[in-house]
Amino acid sequence: MRRKLLTGALLVGGTIAGAVVYRRRFSRRDERVDLYYEDGSMSSVTNGSAGAARLLELAHGVLRAAGS
Amino acid sequence: MDAARALADLTEISTQIRAAVLVAEEGTVLASTLRDEEQSRELAAAARALLAAAEAEKPERALVQLEAATAAGSVFVVRDADGMIAATTTAEPTVGLVFYDLKSCLRAAAAAGDDDGKPRPRARQAKGAGSAS
Repeated sequence: MRRKLLTGALLVGGTIAGAVVYRRRFSRRDERVDLYYEDGSMSSVTNGSAGAARLLELAHGVLRAAGS
Repeated sequence: MDAARALADLTEISTQIRAAVLVAEEGTVLASTLRDEEQSRELAAAARALLAAAEAEKPERALVQLEAATAAGSVFVVRDADGMIAATTTAEPTVGLVFYDLKSCLRAAAAAGDDDGKPRPRARQAKGAGSAS
């Protein structure tokens, strides 16, 4: 009985931990900067593309400055 | 309506906005939701740096607004001829709604500035910006 409970708890704990790790990785990969221009066009700078690292670093700086 | 009032109205109608700052074209903080002046200046400077770096991406085109989406939350910057407004929101906000509210706030603040009798440059027409948001 105790063994079954322990197995169940481990299974639930492992699932939650896995979901958290997956969610964090997925969210990080989804980071992007959308730029909107006067002519109505828009371009998206996604994480991993050229220029994205600098823009995202600055965006994190804004969030820090705001206390978010 | 003054800049502070416009910002207060913004935070009242938009629950997604955590912090916001109205900044004049030359960088002066006109109003902020943050109580600390130094922190408001830091937020304004950080937002201006982000805007400048974003402009450098495609310098031949006029950038009017941006959204930086991160896991910790989003950063929005909207500019016009008189200045800009920068705001931080919760993660995964309703982008179009936030842009609409920020533009309304910027217009209200600009209208308040027009009441002081000083001549001001005409606001740039962001014709595509509205449809893009």
